[in-house]
Amino acid sequence: MSNAAGPLHVALIGNPNTGKSTLFNALSGQNVRTGNFPGVTVEAKSTTFTVDGQQIHLTDLPGTYSLSPRSLDEMVAVDVLLGTAANMTAPEVVVCVADAANLERNLYLYTQLLDLNLPLVLVLNMWDNAGRKGIEVDIEKLQASLGVHVVTTVADKGVGIADVKSAILAAKNQSLPQRPNLPAELAAAVSDLRSEFDSPPADFLLLRGLLDINGETEKRLAKLTHDKTFLDALNCHREKLATSGFRIPVAESRWRYDWIREHLKHCVVSTQAGQRTLSDRIDKVLTHRIGGVFVFLLTMLLVFQAIYTFAAPFSDAIGSVQDSASAGVESVVPPGILRSLLVDGAIAGVGGVVVFLPQIVFLFLCIGILEDCGYMARAAFLADRLMAPLGLNGRSFVPLMSSFACAVPGIMATRTIENWRDRMVTILIAPLMSCSARWPVYMLLTSAFVPDEYLGGWLSLRALVLFGMHFVGLILAIPIAWILRKFWFQGESSLFVMEMPDYKTPSWKVVGGRVLEQGREFLVRAGTLIFCTSILVWAAAYFPGDHTHLYEVQTELENIEQNETLIDISQEKIDELVAEHNQLNGELIEASYLGQAGHFIAPAIRPLGWDWKIGVAVIASFPAREVVIAAMGTIYSLGADVDEESSDLKETMKKATWSDGRPIFTLPVALSIMVFFALCSQCAATLMVIRRETNSWRWALFTFTYMTLLAYAGAWVTVQVGNWLLV
Amino acid sequence: MTLDSLQVGERGVVVSIEGTDTVAVRLAEMGVIDGEEIELVGTAPFGDPLEFSLRGYRLSLRKAEAVRVNIEPLKSK
Repeated sequence: MSNAAGPLHVALIGNPNTGKSTLFNALSGQNVRTGNFPGVTVEAKSTTFTVDGQQIHLTDLPGTYSLSPRSLDEMVAVDVLLGTAANMTAPEVVVCVADAANLERNLYLYTQLLDLNLPLVLVLNMWDNAGRKGIEVDIEKLQASLGVHVVTTVADKGVGIADVKSAILAAKNQSLPQRPNLPAELAAAVSDLRSEFDSPPADFLLLRGLLDINGETEKRLAKLTHDKTFLDALNCHREKLATSGFRIPVAESRWRYDWIREHLKHCVVSTQAGQRTLSDRIDKVLTHRIGGVFVFLLTMLLVFQAIYTFAAPFSDAIGSVQDSASAGVESVVPPGILRSLLVDGAIAGVGGVVVFLPQIVFLFLCIGILEDCGYMARAAFLADRLMAPLGLNGRSFVPLMSSFACAVPGIMATRTIENWRDRMVTILIAPLMSCSARWPVYMLLTSAFVPDEYLGGWLSLRALVLFGMHFVGLILAIPIAWILRKFWFQGESSLFVMEMPDYKTPSWKVVGGRVLEQGREFLVRAGTLIFCTSILVWAAAYFPGDHTHLYEVQTELENIEQNETLIDISQEKIDELVAEHNQLNGELIEASYLGQAGHFIAPAIRPLGWDWKIGVAVIASFPAREVVIAAMGTIYSLGADVDEESSDLKETMKKATWSDGRPIFTLPVALSIMVFFALCSQCAATLMVIRRETNSWRWALFTFTYMTLLAYAGAWVTVQVGNWLLV
Repeated sequence: MTLDSLQVGERGVVVSIEGTDTVAVRLAEMGVIDGEEIELVGTAPFGDPLEFSLRGYRLSLRKAEAVRVNIEPLKSK
């Protein structure tokens, strides 16, 4: 318990769609600390503010419909409320946020909170919407009926925030609110259960243990007793309850909803009950079988456009800033290790992080608007059937669709998925969606090795290959998702019991806040890791070769460039120097740790028909897939400036042979490289974002491993089938 | 009859929920309880999921979830 000097610990909890996060942001201002609750993927947000000289420490709990934990993630809220969460002080006051227009259902969670015997504040948010819907709540009567301090707010307009703060302060010293009496048989069962423990846990845990069949509390209690027969005892109690008329699980809901209805009876009047609201009329259009689908497709197209096209100029601008920064360094720092570290390591590393920002900002701008106006739930409703083959629900649609532009914002968007299993599966298959960074790889290999022929005179073979590459990941995602569910994320199939909130005008404050938060989170938490990866890969490609001769040639070349008019030198001589420069670069990369690794894996990639150069290129592209082209350019002594259009690179690759004169790049080999890149996880940013979103290295490593194995298998099958067909 | 067999615009009264698993628990928590009136207000493009109205709010359920709820149909208003 706090003394006068210490902060007052407060927890904020509420149903989804109640504007809880908006209220939290309104209470906290800018002073928010984010992190994860220990050991789970659940994001923890907390803030500290002062009211009348009293410091208040507020922890935001995940939005939930009930306190019946079915997974470790859901157990977090219970642990925080009971003060059993690691490194967290038990809350002295709980603030429960409810949707003012939907009190009956929202108070379900409230009645479960009452079982904690903690002082409460009940906040009725979106008070304006209740008024518009003709729902009148008599606050005086409600306060008297529930025996709790009730505050009304419109959090996105900042209305009532000060009242919430003073109510928190006052609540500490108030008597506990009215609480539904436990049915006699339930109370008896709890007290029987208590006697099974030497040092009994909180009554709240015992109660939940009884009520939640196969729930997380049950497991927790079983662990506390060290008694293998405990679960049998628990089931025995449940059977006894059932025979006395209290049939778990439905009886709990019945008992609570009866109590709620009784206590709301004289406090809430709906003047427009049974009438179609504005929200209903909008819904008639937006969930219409034809009109609704049309609007849905249009909206999704716009979202995709936003991250694919609208973000491009900003990404290009970041690219040019990066180029000028590199040029600036090159004009000051002479060729040497420092310049290489600055340009190829540091500047490229920072660029490789910042380049994702435009896509993240645009995607979260869209998601923010769609969520805040209430359309996101409709989109999930309309897309639900499409996600059925993946065993997921409609909530996964936007994250997976976004991953076709880029998996980084796509994975960040999985936060809109409430169910932990669905979210994990979505995160782990998102990198299989063919992102825009794979395009250059497909383009280069298709235009160089796929014949420009038309099947049946009209179907372009090249178009067919490009089309196939975009779908191979999506199609393989179906069995992968199935396997993930079967072995790692077992449990009942995903639920789609979902509330469809009322439509409302999005608040720019809320949307803007969301965009800022995501951008900052990405830069701070994932960006640093991505940057470090770039530096490590730079070092692996640089050391241990001796660069002295390379730098001499480079200095000479730059000297010629700067004094072009003064020095009399033939074009042939310049070309010779450039060729020597590229040659040295190619030799150095072969001698580097990276090149050694390429040689090391050569036997492993031999069955794919790949030589060590392809191996080096694959390893070098670990920071980002598109780097593979520059890496090929370097290895084939063409310089790193080549792109997927480069005819030099294509010609060189076509001429590359094994020692016995057979060409390396046959059509099957080219296809196998494309399939490999379609399926592999050569993207440090994606892996770091997975590590950040799942709060564990394990899943980042898991993704890398399974995708690499899948890519290898895919490439092998491609080569074998290709060779067999083309013989 | 079960909740998934309502036609759009039809109403029913909940009689019981089958099972004790997560689906049953979640349905009960969301207020789908015996004696409660519930109306089908719409369906998604392939006829699944379904959108219901109860307790003054909108709830979306898949057919596979709605089939767990036994109802007594009500005559339309």
